[in-house]
Amino acid sequence: MAEGKERWEKETYGPFVGGSPERAVPYESLSGIPIQPLYTPEDLTGWRYEDKLGYPGEFPYTRGPYPSMYRGKLWTMRMFAGFGRPKDTNVRFKYLLEQGQTGLSTAFDMPALMGYDADHARARGEVGREGVSVSTLADFEELFRDIPLDRVTTSMTINCTASVALAMYLALADKQGVPWDKIGGTMQNDMLKEFIAQKEWISPPESAVRIVVDTIEFCSQHVPKFNPVSISGYHIREAGSTAVQELAFTLADGFGYVEACRKRGLDVDSFAPRLSFFFDIHNDFFEEIAKLRAARRIWATVMRERFGAKKAESMRLRTHTQTAGVSATAQQPLNNIARVAIQALAAVLGGAQSLHTNSFDEVLALPTEEAVTVALRTQQIIAEETGAPLTIDPLGGAYFLERLTNQMEEQAMAYIRKIDGMGGIIRAIDSGYPQQEIADAAYRYQLLDDRGEKIVVGVNKYVMVDEKPVECLKLDEAMERGQVESVKALKASRDSAKVEKRLKQLADACRGGQNVMPVLVDAVKDYVSLGEISDVYRQVFGLYREPIIF
Amino acid sequence: MAERKIRVVVAKPGLDGHDRGAKIVARALRDAGFEVIYTGLHQTPEQIVATAVQEDADAVGLSVLSGAHNYLFARVLELLREKGADDIAVFGGGIIPAEDIKGLKTMGVKELFTPGTSTQDIIRFVRENIRATV
Repeated sequence: MAEGKERWEKETYGPFVGGSPERAVPYESLSGIPIQPLYTPEDLTGWRYEDKLGYPGEFPYTRGPYPSMYRGKLWTMRMFAGFGRPKDTNVRFKYLLEQGQTGLSTAFDMPALMGYDADHARARGEVGREGVSVSTLADFEELFRDIPLDRVTTSMTINCTASVALAMYLALADKQGVPWDKIGGTMQNDMLKEFIAQKEWISPPESAVRIVVDTIEFCSQHVPKFNPVSISGYHIREAGSTAVQELAFTLADGFGYVEACRKRGLDVDSFAPRLSFFFDIHNDFFEEIAKLRAARRIWATVMRERFGAKKAESMRLRTHTQTAGVSATAQQPLNNIARVAIQALAAVLGGAQSLHTNSFDEVLALPTEEAVTVALRTQQIIAEETGAPLTIDPLGGAYFLERLTNQMEEQAMAYIRKIDGMGGIIRAIDSGYPQQEIADAAYRYQLLDDRGEKIVVGVNKYVMVDEKPVECLKLDEAMERGQVESVKALKASRDSAKVEKRLKQLADACRGGQNVMPVLVDAVKDYVSLGEISDVYRQVFGLYREPIIF
Repeated sequence: MAERKIRVVVAKPGLDGHDRGAKIVARALRDAGFEVIYTGLHQTPEQIVATAVQEDADAVGLSVLSGAHNYLFARVLELLREKGADDIAVFGGGIIPAEDIKGLKTMGVKELFTPGTSTQDIIRFVRENIRATV
């Protein structure tokens, strides 16, 4: 005789839906994991609490990296900001700090992210557009004017030129008289995901990773509170991957850095505690919570079992999160406020350490001050009004969530084993494997969208014809000219022999395999520019050419 | 006489790496039976125009999500004129505010597609507005 769930299905559920059919919608997660009508203890056969969950702050960290989680300290509310000239962003930074934000997060413009100064021909039209324009230390001085670096932590979203930005931040700390062991923050500095998804690069993967390892090694010795790399799934997801692919490729990138550092001869427990992560939080509420919990469990297990990590700090995964930019719609943009609120709650229930909430107007332009304020207030409402941070991992033990966490772990591990079989993540990138997987997933998603099989409120359902336009942030056209002129003037005022000497020292360090960071810190203090340093990288390491995959 | 296939160059001008849209459009146009050349990322307007001329393209689709659309579209149109190749139609898409769309169309951009557009709309546009030039 049938028992338990099977009995219920036969006696109660089956006859009921036979007479009153369920809604004809796809019963699957955003990643395509089938969703059953009900989850019970039978979905967790063989599942042991002690092995799979354990306790917060203890292996395998499923329930959270810290023992008291948000009872001890709320997540860091960190709004990504940057546009125009450094002084424009400095004003926005100060505004956000006054509004109760607890950490800074810097968006750089495309020229800075690709290794060109504002006065370079390739920078035309792009200066200060997608982030703040930075060419030399003078721009950093302006960007952080009146912001003491020992009072805030700063995250910098910058990758192939992250070594330069880190050098400038350290040089600025010296100028402010702040010792390096008192500054905290995070460089994104995750080149592997650049080749997979975000696509900002200078040199091929091997040399790009070598510079990343230089920064990891340097920070673990000299800047102990700084996270030199933020291993990022965000861009992988935004490029169109599923949640499972995001989880798998991000962790595979992480293991790639661990391998590279070990090859350098670094002890795993000397650098792994400073590795941090960054995940996207998309629309599928439970899948996103499960993703963060699965990420912690996989990282802890692999770090201990494969890499022999001994310190707890090397095994516990800490992560920044951001609500999904791709989920925002240009149609009825105020609806994005609701999407962001739900995604932000998922990040908190998933145990994130830091969160950026997108502004509702970001699908149209850079956010206005009003839109950023609503986004920040959304986090403050979750923190202060909902009660969500009062207990640790409040959804832990839910049959559905635990089953989903297991499924995501299993599917991500299958990808990770496949990548290992290819010889590791760099080989996989060379062969275009993760790029192709993401392109395929993005195309599938788009076709679902086009056929109306994926409902997007305000876009393919509940459409409104006459929409009120939204007031967008406008950037002054003269801004670019002003910035270009000031960079040119600064360059003309330098001692060019000194600049040449620094660039030669850098080229020697690049060729000789010495850590580039000490040379870079000296170079930026002499106002050697980001573009000039990137030119050395281009000359010594060569340019990366992407495989054309679509 | 059998008409030859319409050839479209899908290009990513400028420095940003947001290629999700460009790749989806390239694939959708290819699946719809057009001949598609995707340039890859970080192209200068000069490189894009050279590709369009060399490939004997009927249209160039530009994807811009960096806010530099006003500069980049204008420069591509200008270079096409300089090369005497302004019979190549220019269309595009990305994060482009409504008030900029008007100016870009006046400048000579045939059509602009913003977030939320179905690939079917883009295919229809190419089918109805782009002709294979002999």
